[in-house]
Amino acid sequence: MSQSATTPDNGWRKHMPVINAFLRYGILIIIGFMMLYPLFWMIGGSFKNNQEIFSSIGFIPKEPTLDGFKKGWETSTEYTFATYLINTMKIVVPKVIVTVISSVIVAYGFARFAIPGRKLLFALLMATVLLPKSVLLIPQYLMFREFGWLDTYLPLIAPQAFAVEGFFVFMIIQFMRSLPMEMEEAAVMDGCNSFQVLTLVVAPVILPAIISVALFQFMWSMNDFLQPLIYLSSVEKYPVALALKMSIDVTEATSWNEILAMSTIALAPSLILFFVAQRYFVEGITSGAVKG
Amino acid sequence: MTSSSVRLSAVTKSFNGTDVIKGVSLDVKQGELVVFVGPSGCGKSTLLRLIAGLETPTSGEIVIADKDVTYAHPSKRGVAMVFQSYALYPHMTVEDNIAFALKIQGRPKAEIRAKVHEVAEILQLDHLLQRRPKALSGGQRQRVAIGRAIVREPDVFLFDEPLSNLDASLRGQMRVEIARLHRKLGATSVYVTHDQIEAMTLADKIVVLRAGLVEQVGSPMTLYRHPANLFVAGFIGSPRMNILPATFAGSTADSVRIQTAQGSLIIPRKDVSKPASDKIQLGLRPESLSFAAPGAEAHLTGYVTLIERLGGETFAYVALKEFECEPIIIKLDGETPVHNHQEVALTIELKRAHLFDADGLALGHAPDFDPAQV
Repeated sequence: MSQSATTPDNGWRKHMPVINAFLRYGILIIIGFMMLYPLFWMIGGSFKNNQEIFSSIGFIPKEPTLDGFKKGWETSTEYTFATYLINTMKIVVPKVIVTVISSVIVAYGFARFAIPGRKLLFALLMATVLLPKSVLLIPQYLMFREFGWLDTYLPLIAPQAFAVEGFFVFMIIQFMRSLPMEMEEAAVMDGCNSFQVLTLVVAPVILPAIISVALFQFMWSMNDFLQPLIYLSSVEKYPVALALKMSIDVTEATSWNEILAMSTIALAPSLILFFVAQRYFVEGITSGAVKG
Repeated sequence: MTSSSVRLSAVTKSFNGTDVIKGVSLDVKQGELVVFVGPSGCGKSTLLRLIAGLETPTSGEIVIADKDVTYAHPSKRGVAMVFQSYALYPHMTVEDNIAFALKIQGRPKAEIRAKVHEVAEILQLDHLLQRRPKALSGGQRQRVAIGRAIVREPDVFLFDEPLSNLDASLRGQMRVEIARLHRKLGATSVYVTHDQIEAMTLADKIVVLRAGLVEQVGSPMTLYRHPANLFVAGFIGSPRMNILPATFAGSTADSVRIQTAQGSLIIPRKDVSKPASDKIQLGLRPESLSFAAPGAEAHLTGYVTLIERLGGETFAYVALKEFECEPIIIKLDGETPVHNHQEVALTIELKRAHLFDADGLALGHAPDFDPAQV
């Protein structure tokens, strides 16, 4: 006690942690703000009028107006923006569901069953992750044309029922590998068949992984532009991504405030879903299954 | 007549061409608690998993309650298993964990509730039924795992090292609890452990396994007093039996004369035939050695090299004169005055001495042992 009082540099060393924290958080906040500025600008811009968007760099509107939202919602087509939002959901929701089901089943097969040639099959699946999506566009387009599926949502949804996203399968396999085999053996002893083991025991335990997969697929599908562009031709079936692009094309003088307003709305579902599901990323519900 | 509850006939199991179980035949009687012991990798867990149906044998036959279940699904064998890691379902409450097997069987809800509560009462889990496994202590989790087995009312309980994840004091407590439960339920049980105390205290019958083969089967005291070979003698008992080299010098109907580095000894031993090689081994348990009383005849002499005082008992390590072997361990009373480098004379309780031939097989048997009874 007495010694520390006589130490000459005691004064500023005592405040080191506070100074440190200020520096660290200060830098992080500045960089974070710079990264997010375009997002703030977009949200701010949706409340501005068209002239102001190009005349100032600040994101706080001088004369806030809801014009962008009103006009943007009506769109330049015969349908309101609601139609496009609903269309998006018609694609995204079934897509997420079939992706989750097929990926979990395929991952379980790879993780737990001694299938002949498992290593080779798994290597092939992983190889598809590296394959650029655009390579498949032409053959797939021709195939779906033969099926008569053009201008329907089927080409966007149906392939996902076969666990085509190797990345998701890989992610779930990694999660399953961390589960104790004994838990599944206990379920077998309790009378479960393989399917019941998966649905009643494994799936609830890997829920965090399943939610991650669902969330990724949801966001990717919301943002997907290329696939709907190729397979959908009638405007009434367009999802949000195409509708936004369309409003840039058709009007001569683009109303940027409308586009920004609708982009803001289009962001909402992903953001809401992310924050609702966030706690599942953190919470590890396997704790307590085994000694730990 | 007591029917056998579990019968294994010449069961073998290989994984990718490696024989793990090399032909095991075994009878477990109704209501018996049989313990499998052996060093790690001896196949004791594999044997249990074969009985459980989690593995299928490469050859041989498994009969449970007079039904051939060699290739039957685990749930159709009338067995329930308690795993080392408890293997509880983390997303279910204690109640759902215990009820799970009955739900899968599609029993009526009222019946399931009644049974779960009955089991919870036996295991003192009533107040924990709505908790998740992660909110339970190790001992409580283990009790839930046992409850999950009991609720199915199986013909046979299988325990795979159920206590090895618990700390020492809790292990002792749960051991007593399992013994109590076994007496109460009277169900046939097969128990795998590497813990000698568990094996000795719980078992009606111990099966000692080594490298996929049964070395000896018998009651705990039979194995302790009359090990059939050097491996069992060394494996059962802690500290281990001391082994000294000796040579065979002749036998009569009820005794054997052997020659050691410190002179000859006459060991009371029955049915000893002359071994193929004169080189034999003398086995002495730490408690059948003691300091010779003053004036009495000493069988062995040596120097104390290390003393371990455990309170109630004391272990003295004695380097024997003339012998070319490790110091032997002697179990003494806790208060025995002894110090390092002390020269000591030892007396052997000769009728508790063991003899093994060059192949490690027991040479004859102790005078108080009746081979016909086993």
